[in-house]
Formats: sequence, C-alpha cells, structure tokens
Amino acid sequence: MAHCYINGVGCVSTQDTSDYKIFLETQHELTENIVRVHKPNYRDFIKPAMIRRMANGVKNGVVASAIALKEANIKMPEAIITGTGMGCTIDSGKFLKNIIDNKEQFLTPTAFIQSTHNTVGGQIALGLQCKAYNVTYVHKATSFEASLVDALLMINDNETNILVGGVDEIGDYSVRLHQLIGLVKNQETLSNGLLQSNSKGVVYGEGAQFFALENQKKETTYAELIDVEIYDNIDESEIHNKLLQFLKTNGLAIADVDLVVLGNNGDVKFDFIYNNLQDNLLKSTQQIYYKHLSGEYHTASSFGLWIAAQICKIQEIPKFLKLNNKEVATIKNVLLYNQYLGENHSFTLLRSC
Amino acid sequence: MENLKQELKAKIIENLNLEDFKVEDIEDNDPLFGDGLGLDSIDALELIVMLDKDYGIKISDPKKGKEIFESIQTMAQFIMDNKTK
Repeated sequence: MAHCYINGVGCVSTQDTSDYKIFLETQHELTENIVRVHKPNYRDFIKPAMIRRMANGVKNGVVASAIALKEANIKMPEAIITGTGMGCTIDSGKFLKNIIDNKEQFLTPTAFIQSTHNTVGGQIALGLQCKAYNVTYVHKATSFEASLVDALLMINDNETNILVGGVDEIGDYSVRLHQLIGLVKNQETLSNGLLQSNSKGVVYGEGAQFFALENQKKETTYAELIDVEIYDNIDESEIHNKLLQFLKTNGLAIADVDLVVLGNNGDVKFDFIYNNLQDNLLKSTQQIYYKHLSGEYHTASSFGLWIAAQICKIQEIPKFLKLNNKEVATIKNVLLYNQYLGENHSFTLLRSC
Repeated sequence: MENLKQELKAKIIENLNLEDFKVEDIEDNDPLFGDGLGLDSIDALELIVMLDKDYGIKISDPKKGKEIFESIQTMAQFIMDNKTK
C-alpha cells in the first residue's frame, strides 16, 4: 500500500478560512438558517474573462483548489477528482427557469454550459490547462468521500499527486425546495445552540474544500490519509460494528482513536445516530464537531476533513469545536464519521505525521 | 436610436455579466469583440439569442454576425432596420 499524504489544503467556507489562524481568531457564530460563504477576493485567483461566467460554487472550487495546489507546490496535478452533492444548482436553476419562461425557445448557452455537475472540475482543469484524469462524483452526502476513495486508489496505482475536493453551492430555487420538504430549520438557530435546538432540519450552508494529496511526505504535510469507507444504506444498529470493523481493517481498536470528528448538524430526527455513538462506543474518545460553523451541505464533510487536517498538524483543538472534555497528549489517529438524513454513512481515517 | 443604444448597452452588461462595466463606459463605436469589451464566441451566441428574443430578428447567415456585432452602433442600426417586434 502506498502512502497518501495531505500536503496542501484550500478552504472557502462560511467562515474566514483563508488561513487557519484567522479562522481560530475570527470564527463567528452563524445566526441564519441559510449561510453563504465568506467570499475570498476571486480576482486574485481567476482571470476576469473567466470569472464573469462562473457561479459561486465554481469560483469557490477554483479558489480552494488553487490554494491547495500552491501550498503543496504542485503545478500540474495528475488527476482532478471532485465531489458534489447538488452540483451547480445556480446555473441549473437559471437554465431550467429560462426553458419554462421562454417556452423552450431562446435558450442561451452560458447557464447550460455551467450547469453540469462537473463544471467545477472542468473549470479547474481549464485554468490549469490540465488534461489529466478528471472525474466528478455525485453521491449525495458521500460525494466527497467517493472522491477520496478514488484518490486513494490512484495513489495506490502509482500516481504521485491528486487534487481532490468537495464543493456545493446554495441555489435559491433548490434551497426553497429543501425548505418546502422540511430539510432546513424553520426557526433561527444560533451556532452555539445548534445541537440543543431540538428541531427538525438543518442550518443549510455551502463551501468548497480542496486537498493536494501526494505519495510523498514533505514540509507542508498535514496528515496521512489512511482509509475511507462508505455505506449508503445501513441500519443504525449496524454502525457500531461497521465502525469497529473499519478500525480493525486498519489495525486499530477504539482505544487507539485519539480524536473523532463528528458530523452532528442539529437535526433532531437524525442526530441521535451520532449521540448513540458519543454516549456508548466513543464515550471515552475525544469528540469534536464542525457543522455549527459550516452549515450542512452534501460535501460539508470536506470542511470536517480540513479541520481534522489542521488539528493533526498543529496538535491543538480549539474549544469551540469540542463536544466533550476528554483530552490526549498527542493526537495521532483521527476518525471522521459523517451521515446525512440517516444515510450516506462514511468513515475516514487520518494519521498525523 | 439613442434610446436603443442605451438599452443595448444595459442588456449586454446584464446578460453577459460584465461586472466591471457601466453603460457610460461603453462608447457607441467601441469594438465589442477582441480589444474592446473582449467578448468571445459564447457571447456571440448570447447576442444572437437576444436579437431573436427581444427584437424578433433571426440571423440566418452567420457570416453577417461579424458586421452586425462590430459595435453598439452597428447593432443598433441593424435592429432598427430589421426588428419585427
């Protein structure tokens, strides 16, 4: 098995995550139920001629990928793998609305071109003039993890570096549909009280996180990506065993896990799945969460990986992420567990270097 | 004619998302493609659809596009001569 190291990270989120130190100092409470990204200066990363056609998700993905590649000093990745749950919903909505409004006449090309799920990966490749493997995974809340699995397979298949990321954007129309079917909270919920909100639905967010993965460790290395496992549909009662099995496959027991990063999102209908793990199997393990800062979206777990990678490198856990008071001297093995709406379960294992 | 030129400038800025431009930044004879506004072939398609949708003009000969879309002045003149709505 080849080693797979996270050597560069880029994050555009609802917080100022241009730098991890800035994030630690300025992390702010989310007060609305639909939260949008803290916009970077897009013009620092994208040519003006290209920027005017890009919707937010595309711009955020391009910026996050540029930051990750620059940090890892990779000029041309050997593969670009993107995960997105909803794709480019802004332009999809625009294009579909045009079809209806204009009775299927007068359809313009821009929104159509930009509306496909693989627009982000395509625009990153266009910007870099990268003609390498370019794949986008669309598997709801395991879209990002599916991308990680592919990246791990490619590293094992002797590729030396891979750009991998997760992107989703808020499209007004698609969010309205999410609201109509009760997936977004009705009442305003503060981040700090997210897990105590005792209400259905989530605070809906957006973001883009990219990671430069390489088979060589170097100065910029954050952590080693050990393994990823996905279960789209399993019974809640099976999660306990699946988690133990995942650890065992990687030569670990629960006591070896120094930190678990959980995807709690404050949805009273499904957070019990996390709570059962927290109160039982992971009772003695240090626990953190992050969706009170990022909002929930299909690739929010990539924000979780961004935080986990930072913690592996810096070996410090900020208070505002903690779910319990357990502490360990050295954080070595970090487990991420995520699910959304009781399905799309994923386990990701990192090891600090 | 003057109103039409102002209307075209506003429509081009909005439809092509030219965030850096205001109506007053575009001169009537500025080239729309190349060194002027820097429009490209995708924008040309957007403009063709705009003529059809808003002014009822179908451009049947693509070779004419180069002359029609040379500037706001040429576009406005073409619309004045050919509009059906």
